[in-house]
Amino acid sequence: MKTCLVVDDSSVIRKVARRILEGLDFQISEAEDGEKALAACRQALPDAVLLDWNMPIMDGYEFLRNLRRMPGGDLPKVVFCTTENDVAHIARALHAGANEYIMKPFDKEIVTAKFQEVGLI
Amino acid sequence: MTPADYEYLRKMLKEKSGLVLSTDKQYLVESRLLPLARKANLPGIGELVAKMKAGSQSITTDVVEAMTTNETFFFRDKVPFDHFKDTILPSLLQARAARKSLRIWCAACSTGQEPYSLAMILKEMGTTVAGWRIEIVATDLSQEVLEKSKAGIFSQFEVQRGLPIQLLVKNFKQVGELWQLNPDIRSMVQFKQLNLLQDFSHLGAFDLIFCRNVLIYFDQDTKVAIFNRLAKLNEADGFLVLGAAETVVGLTDVYKPMPDKRGVYRPNPNRTAAAPPLAPAMGAGAAKAAAR
Repeated sequence: MKTCLVVDDSSVIRKVARRILEGLDFQISEAEDGEKALAACRQALPDAVLLDWNMPIMDGYEFLRNLRRMPGGDLPKVVFCTTENDVAHIARALHAGANEYIMKPFDKEIVTAKFQEVGLI
Repeated sequence: MTPADYEYLRKMLKEKSGLVLSTDKQYLVESRLLPLARKANLPGIGELVAKMKAGSQSITTDVVEAMTTNETFFFRDKVPFDHFKDTILPSLLQARAARKSLRIWCAACSTGQEPYSLAMILKEMGTTVAGWRIEIVATDLSQEVLEKSKAGIFSQFEVQRGLPIQLLVKNFKQVGELWQLNPDIRSMVQFKQLNLLQDFSHLGAFDLIFCRNVLIYFDQDTKVAIFNRLAKLNEADGFLVLGAAETVVGLTDVYKPMPDKRGVYRPNPNRTAAAPPLAPAMGAGAAKAAAR
């Protein structure tokens, strides 16, 4: 079973994402900010990260830059999932090493399509 | 909706568009036509039917469009587009190297995601197709969806289903909360209104025909008639791509499935013997006759 770390400061979004991804046969872990997500990745790298942008303590963009510098940190597929729905943010995310980008609001179809796109399904 | 109204709609839709509704699809008709009735300031489907019976062409057109318009998305089902990129295009580029031109037809293109997906793949191929004249003709029954297709404007929801984010950034411009395809991609596709039940020989010959997720709505005789007429327009070494739930097998031998390429078909070399003569203007009745 593939693993996915859901990183979002909203417990509601984490719950919705968990339900969708468990339905796609992922084993889910959660983090509420970038720093906690990095700590989780140091313990065990997930196959995928579903990543919010705006979070307290460390945002998603900083998390991604740190993740990609970690040993093995290039391996997880990172899919942003954010309300930052403009080209400038998308371009920054891709430049920092994001594999895909979901603009909120999202649903099961969008998550499925994006995870298929990066070869996770 | 009364059983008589439903029966009237079934017959009218079969005749005008080839759409075959089984006797248990009242819910589908209600879900599609009630919004239309409200838009026309009518209390319900009964009144909509009454307008059609009284000869309202605009209401009839709106009803046909509402019932035959289908949701689609970019790179729908993915596999046909992989076949296009990895199998069909290399074969056609080699076969047409001397004349450097290709003609592609997306029949029943709905809101345009399919032809635009093909256009984006071609653009990604860069120098491989530089200097080629590649025509993508996209047709649909509904004038309303064709207008949307031509504008190339899609919602945030639509651009997130099947479209890789890199292609969104490269090929779209953000317009408020919507996304519009750049002119270079839009100009690669010509949109035309067409009813597949009627003669389409005026479109000319095609190297590749995408005809996906539309024939499933037709009865068997109509499918056979359309396959036969598609084969007449398809170059002998060309390709036909059907939807995942569609096949020619058991219906006609004018096409043969391509081994290991699900959904891809090649014209049968003996097709001239199998194909019936072209009718000049086919309605459902004529299509049936041609199939016999």
